[in-house]
Amino acid sequence: MARRILIALGRLALLLAAVSLAVFVLVDLSPIDPVQANVGQAALLGMSDEKRAALAAHWGADVPWPERYLAWAQALLQGDMGTSLRYNQPVAQVIAERAGNSLVLMGIAWAASGVLGFALGVAAALSRGRLLDRAVRAYCFVLASSPTFWVGLLLLTVFAVMLGWLPLGFSVPAGKAAADVTLADALRHVALPAVTLSLVGVANIALHTRAKAIDVMGSDWFRFARARGLSPARAMARHGLRNLALPAVTLQFAQVAEIFGGSVLVEEVFSYPGLGQAAVTAGLGGDVALLAGIALVSAAIVFAGNLAANLIYGLVDPRLRPAGRARAAARRALAGEGASRG
Amino acid sequence: MADLRGAPAAPVPVLSAPRSRRLPNRRAALALAVLGAVALAAVVAAGAALAPEAARVDFAAKGLAPSAAHPFGTDWLGRDMLARTVAGLSTSVLVGLAAAVASSLIALALATAAALGGRRADAVVAWLVDLMMGIPHIVLLILISFALGKGLVGVTVGVALTHWPSLTRVLRAEILQCRASGFVAAARRLGATPAQVAWRHLVPYVLPQFLVGLVLLFPHAILHEAAVTFLGFGLPPELPAIGIILSEAMGYLSAGMWWLAVFPGLALVAVVMLFDLVGGSLRKLVDPRGAQE
Repeated sequence: MARRILIALGRLALLLAAVSLAVFVLVDLSPIDPVQANVGQAALLGMSDEKRAALAAHWGADVPWPERYLAWAQALLQGDMGTSLRYNQPVAQVIAERAGNSLVLMGIAWAASGVLGFALGVAAALSRGRLLDRAVRAYCFVLASSPTFWVGLLLLTVFAVMLGWLPLGFSVPAGKAAADVTLADALRHVALPAVTLSLVGVANIALHTRAKAIDVMGSDWFRFARARGLSPARAMARHGLRNLALPAVTLQFAQVAEIFGGSVLVEEVFSYPGLGQAAVTAGLGGDVALLAGIALVSAAIVFAGNLAANLIYGLVDPRLRPAGRARAAARRALAGEGASRG
Repeated sequence: MADLRGAPAAPVPVLSAPRSRRLPNRRAALALAVLGAVALAAVVAAGAALAPEAARVDFAAKGLAPSAAHPFGTDWLGRDMLARTVAGLSTSVLVGLAAAVASSLIALALATAAALGGRRADAVVAWLVDLMMGIPHIVLLILISFALGKGLVGVTVGVALTHWPSLTRVLRAEILQCRASGFVAAARRLGATPAQVAWRHLVPYVLPQFLVGLVLLFPHAILHEAAVTFLGFGLPPELPAIGIILSEAMGYLSAGMWWLAVFPGLALVAVVMLFDLVGGSLRKLVDPRGAQE
């Protein structure tokens, strides 16, 4: 066990090193001038040359990237993630403020899409070929082809603009002191983004569960249960669900990357102050430190999701516990199945 | 005398006759693929033809709800949304096509290297795949688009560079499976050179999977192009792309101009679904077990 944890940590460190290096190289390649992106075209034109040079020096825009990367990595090892240009705050602080909002949003969407998708998948399999099954499959097909942000825009138009039931955006009511914000306020603001993310996230898990449930219904022991006189629904509840739950949980953990990607779009649509919105701001403004920080956090979250999937699988299914090829193959197969848009 | 009564000869009852009115699977899939290609070409051609119309500003007709003259309505500058949507789809289709082709070629090259290049190459490719899947696509796309200065090239390269991992896995497995198969062993025994084996056995074995993978990459590519453009990292605002249309529409939705978002999005969903359908039916044909379903 200790060995496995060590290997996992080593993989995480390697992954994070590669990700951060890629961020620095990519940002260095960019022809977008960080000074201009930050002060704006008009202000830049009105500046003297000395002022411009001073700003560039202040932000380290003219230092070659390997040097900047080494300095940044050294500071990171000491717990300092640098200073965000756009927010003028330490990166760690910006991320900490926003990670809470994002994790709430992603957590709700992750749980809701998992439960809903599982239920829909089982229901569709039980009524295979009938109306409910067709409806579920059509829904999944349409939602899998819909851009997340468009679904968000539609929900925004209907529920916030036309009906006026829910707020247009942000995570708290505008103009209200932080101390006065109630839980109800926060829930009302997170509702539309979370529903958007859940609706889109359902497709994958529902189709997967449906296929697995149909497999289960063709198995010998399921037939035996039916032969003993159990109805399909009862046989499914007694014997099928526990076989279906495990792959579903694993798949849902492997979906974390997709949920994170979706949350970037959804946060942008609803002006929800989370990590995704900060990533977009950082990218548009050439804020390398913040961009690198968020890329690292997102990679760590996705890694944690995959690791959780592996651990749970080994924990619950004794056949997969012995380390070695079988588990690696199972993991790879699952990761392959879970892969789609992110 | 029987025919004088005008009654047709009664059909002979057959117990297991197939439904005769159904189109054969192969022909149906082929028809769907041709239909998809024609639809694609039509969208691109119509988009090119409508480009001037899409940019025409008419302040006398601004902010109109959908009507017979403007089926998709007009925006705040009086531009016709139908023309803008078609022109935007045309851009999206071209970008998606270029990115999907490039991405699938990357997948093919890496899969070949992984499957035939020895343990080292295999490990490197596996690590690259893990790395690409370790970061959310959108974050990576933002980074790559930013690195290339945003715009058309940035988003195309970004989508091309991020969409190969799953297809690489599939193709690698296919190549390994083919190499381990009996017919390749027999061909080698019969004295075929590696080049002959590759050409006569490997290519026909892998090509169908490659083409299906290419078609199925397309919906992802186009959706991600729209998403990155929507976030402001993709196509420039002067191009009428679906992502641009939707992100510009955001500011006018609260004024009740719902048609700005609904129709362009629906058009995009329709194109994506069409390609999913084509890819899905082609895949069924390639997989012999499912070909008769």
